[in-house]
Amino acid sequence: MTPVLSVRNLKVEFPTRRGVLTAIDDVSFDIAPGEVLGVVGESGAGKSITGTAVIGLIEPPGRIAGGEVLLRGQRIDNLPPEQMRKIRGKRIGMVFQDPLTSLNPLYRIGYQLVETIRTHSSLSESAARKKALSLLEEVGIPAPDTRIDAYPHQFSGGMRQRVVLALALAAEPELVIADEPTTALDVSVQAQIIALLKRLCAQHGAAVMLITHDMGVIAETADRVAVMYAGRIAEIGPVREVIKAPLHPYTKGLMGSIPSLAHDSDRLVQIPGSMPRLTAIPSGCPFHPRCPRAFVPCPTFRPELQPEQSSQVACWLYHPFPVTAAAL
Amino acid sequence: MADTTALLVTRITTRERIRAVLGSDLVYSFLRSRVTIAAAMVTAIIVIAALLAPLIAPHDPYDLRQLSLLDSHNPPAWLSGGDMRFLLGTDDQGRDVFSTILYGSRQSIAIGVMATLFAGMLGISLGLIAGYTGGTVDAVIMRAADIQSTFPAILIAMLIDGTSRALFGEQRNEQIVFWVMVLSIGLSFWVQYARTVRGSTLVEKNKDYVLAARLIGIAPVKILFRHVLPNVVGPVLVIATINLALAIITEATLSFLGLGLPSTQPSLGTLIQIGQKYLFAGEWWIAIFPGITLAALVLAVNLLGDWLRDALNPKLR
Amino acid sequence: MLAFIIRRLLQAIVVMLTVALIAFTLFRFVGDPVNMMVGIETTAEERAQLRQDLGLNDPIVIQFARFVGNSARLNFGNSYQFKTPVIDLIADRFPATMELAFASALLSLLVGIPMGVYTALHRRSWLSNIFLAASLIGISLPTFLIGILLIFLFPVTLGILPSFGRGEVVRIGFWTTGLLTASGLKALVLPAITLGLFQMTLIMRLVRGEMLEVLRTDYIKFARARGLTDRAVNFGHALKNTLVPVMTIAGLQLGSIIAFALITESVFQWPGMGLLFLKAVQNVDIPIMSAYLLLVAFIFVTINLIVDLLYAVVDPRIRIDARPA
Repeated sequence: MTPVLSVRNLKVEFPTRRGVLTAIDDVSFDIAPGEVLGVVGESGAGKSITGTAVIGLIEPPGRIAGGEVLLRGQRIDNLPPEQMRKIRGKRIGMVFQDPLTSLNPLYRIGYQLVETIRTHSSLSESAARKKALSLLEEVGIPAPDTRIDAYPHQFSGGMRQRVVLALALAAEPELVIADEPTTALDVSVQAQIIALLKRLCAQHGAAVMLITHDMGVIAETADRVAVMYAGRIAEIGPVREVIKAPLHPYTKGLMGSIPSLAHDSDRLVQIPGSMPRLTAIPSGCPFHPRCPRAFVPCPTFRPELQPEQSSQVACWLYHPFPVTAAAL
Repeated sequence: MADTTALLVTRITTRERIRAVLGSDLVYSFLRSRVTIAAAMVTAIIVIAALLAPLIAPHDPYDLRQLSLLDSHNPPAWLSGGDMRFLLGTDDQGRDVFSTILYGSRQSIAIGVMATLFAGMLGISLGLIAGYTGGTVDAVIMRAADIQSTFPAILIAMLIDGTSRALFGEQRNEQIVFWVMVLSIGLSFWVQYARTVRGSTLVEKNKDYVLAARLIGIAPVKILFRHVLPNVVGPVLVIATINLALAIITEATLSFLGLGLPSTQPSLGTLIQIGQKYLFAGEWWIAIFPGITLAALVLAVNLLGDWLRDALNPKLR
Repeated sequence: MLAFIIRRLLQAIVVMLTVALIAFTLFRFVGDPVNMMVGIETTAEERAQLRQDLGLNDPIVIQFARFVGNSARLNFGNSYQFKTPVIDLIADRFPATMELAFASALLSLLVGIPMGVYTALHRRSWLSNIFLAASLIGISLPTFLIGILLIFLFPVTLGILPSFGRGEVVRIGFWTTGLLTASGLKALVLPAITLGLFQMTLIMRLVRGEMLEVLRTDYIKFARARGLTDRAVNFGHALKNTLVPVMTIAGLQLGSIIAFALITESVFQWPGMGLLFLKAVQNVDIPIMSAYLLLVAFIFVTINLIVDLLYAVVDPRIRIDARPA
């Protein structure tokens, strides 16, 4: 079965006046129809940029410098802007982090819904409004027929994120990219929104790319998880495997630092040091300066993602390292 | 559900901090922008020429013995009828336009700088007092600022100038006029400083170190100057640069309207006013050359202000 | 909403009273009003009589109250120079200034907003750079210098367009208009450009700055992510949000246009209120000065009030938050 989304060797660069920054490098992954892929990593690991690149909204001067993005096998990263626009919203929906700022404060939510629906379909004004009402109902807005004429600031944060979800799903996309959809919300609301996201996407048959730094959310929601570090994927695999038996030393550190997941050890592990800045990504494996198990090839040679058990991992611990490295 | 980021805290070392200052955006953006360098050079040339006017001006426009009506209305040297002694021509009294521009710039810059300094000191003091004292004092000062800022500066300056005429009568001598200009322009530009400084003072006032300083008995004035003031140097500098340009424009406008410096001691604005009368007679040089000087000076100062603002406020970049 | 309006109105009244106090102080204490009104040959008795008639012997508070009352009824006394009622002098020149100010305001909005939008949307295009460079020059050129350069360029060098006056005017009731005659319209061109240029560059830079801010917001990113057309994003969403703050500043600018008009009026000998005020300052004609001050303050306060109300109409957050819960 063709994956909904295939990302192949994606590279995104930001030229700055102090040289070109490579924000993500050689990132590859697939999302199968109906699948929820969690993308996890620290701030600055390149998670959001990956999502933004897929939907074609990298802000200039940033640019996709290499690789491909395929939607149902069709390449979309090199489409003319107008065609890419038609894919956005229609085939790929997106949800941003902060529901408080995602909606235009000057327009009623009904207007914003109808506008989105009519951009992607030939529905009449009244049919689009009817659809907007049913979407609001579906995302759990109480009394949608009165709330549809309210302004965003009249909703609470959680309610607004429901409206945002309705907007993202308005044109029945095949893929929803959710970029930290719960980070800005109260803890009590987070679980509801995540559950809603998962249920809606399952009902509408949409695959999800769920970007978050919260391993807990991933553990509950995702089918597979990609762990990103310094603009690269360190490890990708079924969520159960990655959590139970992480392969990459970075993933191990990440899991060890989460209280709820680290129940079998006595103390939380902390990864020494901090993630490198984009201006100073180490050579070889970017994690090697912090890695407790770094050895000969790590500072020099960059590990590729390669299959290991049911996952894929980019680490020399699991692959035969190059002969030239052995000679050092 | 733990936030894994929180456990991977970033620490900035002292060395990194030093490097950040050395590679600072201020120096960097200055050297990178050719426009800014050009603006700095234009400003420097005009200011130095104005300061050295008595040394480099070919004629002394204030020395009546040097003037001859026979030399009046001469076109620039390169036009027919031009005189090599008067590079940019002469005005109606036979004064060398180039020399009057040098002396005129001196007046314009002097009033502009003094007025900006005065407005700055007044605004900073009032801002500090308002922010630190709070209560009624704060309310009165900031209300006054609100009301004043609804009026254009030029109107306030004109009003003060008119008042001085009523007070001093016709005997307003040049010395008085100079200070009246400084006062009237200065008084119309203090609001922005006051608002900025008051804002930072309010922020700093509630920080623990100020409280601690107060508890160990350091005088409030000392606290304000030692701790609050350094935090507002950047914004104040930006406001001052842009205000300097505005002050020069305001002075020129007042003088042009006949409310500023007299023709015996002209500023650039006065020179343009004198020259305006002869524009229709085709004697354009009397007004246009001082006009170009004024525009170049103000533009250069504005460009420097723009650069300062962008360099000190990374958010806007 | 009603509370909001009342609060604003009260603030406006406080501002007007403060300005009235300044105008009164000016009138009462800067120079002696009696000396200003009479000649040298007037006897001491006549002066004393006049002083009594003017009520200058009453307590200051009463005098101020009377001043406020008179001003509210548009009675500003007689001009020292012309010996005629100030209100007549002002009413005579009011239409000229208003026509000039509105022509300039219109010009600055109609040109400034599109230029600002263009430079924000096409940040790196060469045309934007030209606009920005031109705007910096526009801001750096003092108004009177622009006027002189225009006079030098058009009437003097090219021999087109008048360089002074208002042309032929038509009287309609109390209003005189230059908009109905060819010479009146021609005469308006250069003064309107002179006065409007500075505001235009200001509005352009303001619109550009605001729009760039708005284009960076999440809701614009989200609007793009929803696949809305560029037109819907830029003009439906971004422009509307940009114009809310711009409206405030543009309103205030209209006020300062009326004040700045006096410079333009001086350059072009435009027979408006500004020219009257200017002559008044030169001749220390304090009744005209204080009347003009009050009038400008009144116009400012009114515009401010209108802008605040418009704000509430455009921005639902203010409209609804202001409503009692």
